[in-house]
Amino acid sequence: MHPICAIFKKEFSLLAKGSAEMMMPLLFSVIVVSLFPLGVGPGPDTLQLIGPGVIWVAALLSALLGLEHLFRDDFQDGTLEQYLLSPASLTMMLMTRLFCHWLFVIVPLILISPLLALFLNLTLNMYWALLCTLLVGTPLLSLVGAIAVALTLSINKGGVLLAVLLLPVFIPLLIFATAAINNAALQLTWYGQLGIIGAMLIFALALCPYAISYAIKVSHH
Amino acid sequence: MWKWLHPYAKTEATYKLAGQLAPWFLLVGAFALLIGTLWGLLFAPADYQQGDAFRIIYLHVPSAILSMGFYSGMAVCAFIGLVWQVRTCYMAIVSIAPIGACLTFIALWTGATWGKPMWGTWWVWDARLTSELILLFLYFGVMALYASFQDKLQGGKAAAVMALVGVINLPIIHFSVEWWNTLHQGATITKFAKPSMAPEMLWPLLLNIVALAILCAGLVCRRLQNEIFLREIRRPWVIKMVKKAGVK
Repeated sequence: MHPICAIFKKEFSLLAKGSAEMMMPLLFSVIVVSLFPLGVGPGPDTLQLIGPGVIWVAALLSALLGLEHLFRDDFQDGTLEQYLLSPASLTMMLMTRLFCHWLFVIVPLILISPLLALFLNLTLNMYWALLCTLLVGTPLLSLVGAIAVALTLSINKGGVLLAVLLLPVFIPLLIFATAAINNAALQLTWYGQLGIIGAMLIFALALCPYAISYAIKVSHH
Repeated sequence: MWKWLHPYAKTEATYKLAGQLAPWFLLVGAFALLIGTLWGLLFAPADYQQGDAFRIIYLHVPSAILSMGFYSGMAVCAFIGLVWQVRTCYMAIVSIAPIGACLTFIALWTGATWGKPMWGTWWVWDARLTSELILLFLYFGVMALYASFQDKLQGGKAAAVMALVGVINLPIIHFSVEWWNTLHQGATITKFAKPSMAPEMLWPLLLNIVALAILCAGLVCRRLQNEIFLREIRRPWVIKMVKKAGVK
């Protein structure tokens, strides 16, 4: 069996076993979003105003939470070392791993986004913008996040450090994504902002795979 | 040029070079900074609109320019370190990061102080201010990452990768005043156009930029020496040097 297929199969069977870890980020984001109407008051206008930002911040934080487990188990049980020894391309294997992670951890988050939009009283127009920015923006989160995750593997206190490293890097994405949704709220076009996020994604797609595999090698130093 | 640069991959040569350069840099930088600041604060004419309050420019602009300049310097070191596996470059990264963070903090602080009388507020979430704040966080990230590694060589490599990831922020800061309509004014000094500033105000500013750069370069040299010393403390040349200095 081709190594890439093998990785796919392993991830699918892990999912079939029903790992609670995968559900955590989803649950986390729903709870975070539902705290806001309680915290700032349930006025529909206020919620609509802060909605895009809240959903995106919740998405950032839960992506961060999910990323922590991206390579950690594989690092500890030596799977990553086997990847390094394998004759197949390390970059491709890691990308497959990352794609599976995005598919199983982040996509559920996108699927639940109608509910979050409903909670925060977003209009349909805003929701389409939210959906598009999430679809284009979250792979970017995973790609850039994976670099920092791979770098912090050999340190035990990864969690907080990961947030310190990654959240500043994610700020431009947050700005463009919420700008797109706010434009949609005002019935303006938002394809420009979406285009910039898309450009960032393509740029990351070109460079991040190499940075991630280098970072994995550094961690096995 | 490579032949000339190659010896500095050895920590001992870099230590000596930094030791030779640091006193000159510190002396010249401090002296020029003193002159430039006094010139700017006492002798340059007051602005017709902002009065004397504009004089904070003599601290704000140099530190802001250099906060980005030192980040680029750090990124160049990171790139060289990763491509050619030069250990000294990793040490340079960790020597530059805290100084760059200080410069960024000074730029933010003086900017806030300047913003209060001019804009009526300490802080606005304007593109340039926000991106400068991100720069501060990026410096902190590099420092925190390096500090959390036991193996300093591995930590240096990790910090180098992270420094390179953060480079994407530099063009955002630089062009933020052109890309977005912001409260922060556009660039006063550009390479190509005639500066939009009277020459008697401009000269002390230019002097201060150069002076602060030299002073901070001197500080980086001292920090680099310290870093090399601590990391190579078991090497024969360090032990020999310490013995020669007469310390037990």
